Amino acid sequence: MSKSFVQLHNVNKSYWRDTLEIPVLHNINLDVPEGEFVALMGPSGSGKTTLLNLIAGIDRPSSGEVSVNGESVSRLSESALARWRSRNIGFVFQFYNLMPVLNAFENVELPLLLTKLNRRERRRQVETALSIVGLADRMKHYPNQLSGGQEQRVAIARAVVTDPRLILADEPTGDLDKQSAEEVMELLSRLNKEFNKTIIVVTHDPRAAEKAHIQRHLDKGELNHL
Amino acid sequence: MKVLKLVSKNATRHLLRTFLTILGLAIAVMAFAVIRTSIDAWYAGANASSPNRLVVTNNISLVFPLPLAYKEKIEQLDGVTGISWAQWFGGTYVDPKNFFAQFAIDGESYLALYPEYIIPAVQKETFLKERNAVIVGRALADRFGWSVGDPIRLIGTIYPGEWDFVIRGIYTGKEETTDEAQWFMRYEYLDERMKAETPGRAGQVGSFIVQIADPSKAAQMSATIDSIFVNSLAETKTQTEEAFQLSFVAMASSIVTGLRIVSFMVIGIILLVLANTMAMTARERVSEYAVMKTLGFRPIHILGLIFGESLVIAGIGGLLGILVTFPISNLLSIVIKDFFPVFKLEIITLAIGMIASITVGIVADIFPALKAVKTPIVEGLRIVD
Ligand SMILES: Nc1ncnc2c1ncn2[C@@H]1O[C@H](COP(=O)(O)OP(=O)(O)O)[C@@H](O)[C@H]1O
Ligand SMILES: [Mg+2]
Repeated sequence: MSKSFVQLHNVNKSYWRDTLEIPVLHNINLDVPEGEFVALMGPSGSGKTTLLNLIAGIDRPSSGEVSVNGESVSRLSESALARWRSRNIGFVFQFYNLMPVLNAFENVELPLLLTKLNRRERRRQVETALSIVGLADRMKHYPNQLSGGQEQRVAIARAVVTDPRLILADEPTGDLDKQSAEEVMELLSRLNKEFNKTIIVVTHDPRAAEKAHIQRHLDKGELNHL
Repeated sequence: MKVLKLVSKNATRHLLRTFLTILGLAIAVMAFAVIRTSIDAWYAGANASSPNRLVVTNNISLVFPLPLAYKEKIEQLDGVTGISWAQWFGGTYVDPKNFFAQFAIDGESYLALYPEYIIPAVQKETFLKERNAVIVGRALADRFGWSVGDPIRLIGTIYPGEWDFVIRGIYTGKEETTDEAQWFMRYEYLDERMKAETPGRAGQVGSFIVQIADPSKAAQMSATIDSIFVNSLAETKTQTEEAFQLSFVAMASSIVTGLRIVSFMVIGIILLVLANTMAMTARERVSEYAVMKTLGFRPIHILGLIFGESLVIAGIGGLLGILVTFPISNLLSIVIKDFFPVFKLEIITLAIGMIASITVGIVADIFPALKAVKTPIVEGLRIVD
């Protein structure tokens, strides 16, 4: 078996409501080799988003260890973590979460503002990312001028524009019609095949999950093979 | 910072709300500046006073007179370089509503002590020669359309009867703070008629104005003057001209205090207006901030966005407020110039208004900014709009 790229070791996660502990994830162990395409499935409330957030370094486990590409994510400081995220993670949200005041170009450019790239380099990279998702002709459009599927493709362009090795998508098709959902999954699949991105996608939809090589099932906080 | 590009886009997101907020700020800054200018107007007399002039009045009250004979005794003191006197006349011109300050003065000595009243030499000469001559300030002359040569009749209130005068001079102020709304008549004119009609009221003055060589000895000189007349029939109260003027302000101190309180309340209102807008804004953008943080933006960037936006709004509001202050205070100065001859918008007032606006812009944001920075990403993302 190839070396793991994403590794979770004995990860537990609970939320606290005042003094009440809400356990969400129990003893999760997960190994994802580089270049894999994993679908994470499970009923609503089973902890899929929580798990993805831990891998993305936007939340911390209660115990256990999360590492990505050998970096122990759970041990980084807040600001180191922010910097790490900007270089290593592309995140795709269920509701696209584009900035409504920015057009497609500017939305995709946003993560590049944190880099040292100059305006011309940024432009080139944004155009590349938008043409990968097939929206090079929609650069000047604002989110409210795009369909849901187009918005999600812009969001995917935003996730890949910094060329991260890991792309995490939380129910990226959850809010889309069948046709658009198909296109989005196809796009993720292409990113995996053509650009060798490691992809972990959370989804309800078994049809969507078929695109992935590995399907894992989360139920009541426990992770199972399918 | 490249993120600041987002600031202007965010600020114009809800155009109407931003516009109303800016308008509120502008009105508040304008109100603040106008109120502060009104307060300054009360102090105009004190600010225009000269440090080497002392005013001697009756110790009991301003309305009680002093004997003119005191002049000789004060004059002889070391350090006194000039002395004159004045008496409040208080006559009515046509209608009691036409109030203005009227002083009977000793022409030569008085004008020598007040170099800030600029009078053409010819006019001054005539004034000194003719008993019923009057010199009025430019603003007062404009108010009633008087010009040199006009005969004016006042009806006495303190000094009963009809009094006929001729305008012989119009003075202008040397400084912007000089009161140009006064009426100066000759003391001799008043005193002679008193001698004839009510001899008991002759030879009395309301105040002496004493010029001293060394302003730093003002307190000492005042004490010396008062000590001469201690235990006499009319004890004196000597103070610097500034203190004398301030005692008038003190009479109206509750009004001034009220104005001060209102001026701070205005600042408080701007704060509420802006704090409300920024809190609304921050609430709406919780999930956007969470997304930005997910992308790797750090608290400093988020703070830049939030403070940048409110500083833009506060800055524009403050500037607009300053711009509208000019016409408004001009208008106001015309309306109230009979009572506040010196109503002048000071640069410092505008600067304070602007600084207050900017400060409020920062303070209004402290709470929303802290919240935006402290909210964990996962909390921010869970809020679906
Ligand atoms: N910030 C939080 N505070 C408290 N409970 C939370 C929080 N986030 C998630 N949960 C709870 O954790 C459980 C798993 O949530 P989540 O990971 O969003 O599930 P899924 O994505 O599989 O639907 C749910 O019961 C949810 O209510
Ligand atoms: Mg979820």
